[in-house]
Amino acid sequence: MQFRFVAVLVAVTAATAGESVAQGSPPGASRDLAATCAGCHGTRGASQGAIPTLAGMESQAMVSRMQAFKAGTRPGTVMPQLAKGYTDRQIESIAAWYGAQRAQK
Amino acid sequence: MSAAATRMPRREFLKAAGAASALAALPVAAKAAGAASAKVVVVGAGYGGATAAKYLRMWSGGTIDVTLVEPNALFVSCPMSNLVIGGSRDMAFLTTTYDGLAHRHGVRLIRDTAIGVDTDGRTVRLAGGSLLPYDRLILSPGVDFLPDGVPGLETADAQARILHAWKAGPQTLALRRQLEAMPDGGVFAISIPVAPYRCPPGPYERACQAAWYLKRAKPKSKVLILDGNPDVTSKAALFRKAWSDDYAGIVEYRPNYVLTRVDAATRTAEFDVQDAVRADVLNVVPPQRAGAIARTAGVVTANDRWCEVDFVTFESIRARNVHVLGDAIQIAARMPKSGHMANQHAKVCASAVIALLSGAAPNPAPVLNNTCYSMITDKDGVHVASVHRYDAEKKTLLPVPGAGGLSPAMSEQEGRYAFGWAANIRADTLA
Repeated sequence: MQFRFVAVLVAVTAATAGESVAQGSPPGASRDLAATCAGCHGTRGASQGAIPTLAGMESQAMVSRMQAFKAGTRPGTVMPQLAKGYTDRQIESIAAWYGAQRAQK
Repeated sequence: MSAAATRMPRREFLKAAGAASALAALPVAAKAAGAASAKVVVVGAGYGGATAAKYLRMWSGGTIDVTLVEPNALFVSCPMSNLVIGGSRDMAFLTTTYDGLAHRHGVRLIRDTAIGVDTDGRTVRLAGGSLLPYDRLILSPGVDFLPDGVPGLETADAQARILHAWKAGPQTLALRRQLEAMPDGGVFAISIPVAPYRCPPGPYERACQAAWYLKRAKPKSKVLILDGNPDVTSKAALFRKAWSDDYAGIVEYRPNYVLTRVDAATRTAEFDVQDAVRADVLNVVPPQRAGAIARTAGVVTANDRWCEVDFVTFESIRARNVHVLGDAIQIAARMPKSGHMANQHAKVCASAVIALLSGAAPNPAPVLNNTCYSMITDKDGVHVASVHRYDAEKKTLLPVPGAGGLSPAMSEQEGRYAFGWAANIRADTLA
């Protein structure tokens, strides 16, 4: 019973997370990082109001935007401050995850 | 409304769960084949507990059986509730049902109060008599007021005259009514406890919202901030600017006012050193500690007030298989007790619980952020933001150096973002 539960869980996690496990991060790491954005940008990046939607944003565009926030070359309010809290690899991981959300629609 | 009326019958629950699009065919098939479901009980459906329940269901593909225990029929948001006190928004703006958790995510909602935890037998006892077994328990009980925190506030009469409005609900509207009834030229005074307390910038935002109302409706009135702390505890420069520019002649800030007693009949506040202050509307934010069920479960480990947790899993340092979220925890450096943080705790915890229940290691490097808006007027907002990551050596969450900060100044753009944040985090928690 317990084994079956484990097997199902692993399969579901892999199927829904849009993971890039090959990069050597633990399973769920991209999903967990991306979820830190959802408080402001909505679950899976679907925003209702003035804050931009992330779901479906092309991954490379998101990486460029985040790097510009981080470097201080793109103006913003909260994002220049938050972007500095994520490593380049974490930003790539988050962008890949939101990119994969579009593919699932 | 009786507890039974809000409890979803098992047949209905299964129907809803089967219909939910979040459930892939795989786990449904597994359920049909009779696979055992791990059981998680979540106590408290605020920003922490409700988020944990939703994300456990969503991220496990519906394979974990999640029961959420909450005494209130409706979710009333503390964030943005100062706008109701200022009069620019109403209670409906703060209020959401729990229907999304039940119908979209298959969370089993029980409207009841948890009154006991057997950490050896892994059961939670409810006031209504039920006994809920769990594999993992998540407590997100928010704060209780210290029972002897404010002498003079013991009776129901005193508590009706001197409101806290620090748990959004009937008191939010009652404080609004007190401000409406106050004569022009009256004094609204707010007492702030020594930190840590729920929502560090909240009292200062409340002072701004009261001043926004009084400036228009009763311009001879005053707002007195009586702070138990030596300085403004959050967004200090931004609030000070608002008080000296937008609310000049209305708001007066007084540090080091540690409340020792109130006299409800005369609405007078007394302090350890400073002279007593009489107000027409006296609003006291009492000193706080983790909610009652945390004490009952034996997970209050810090200063007899807060719950220490392992920040990789949010599991209590005291009780195995018991996790604690939100305002009830002993915070790490520069982690405010905020709804946004509770929502972030919940996702780290949900991820870890799913891993642990499947025998896997939890994500060893959790990252959390905080974004907290305060409204200075009905339209203009300011923010404070921070990013926190787990330090494996120090075994705690540390703010990432160079990240985070404050708004340069209040703006309508940040006000629009504040409303966007409020809508999105509420949906992220409940929808």
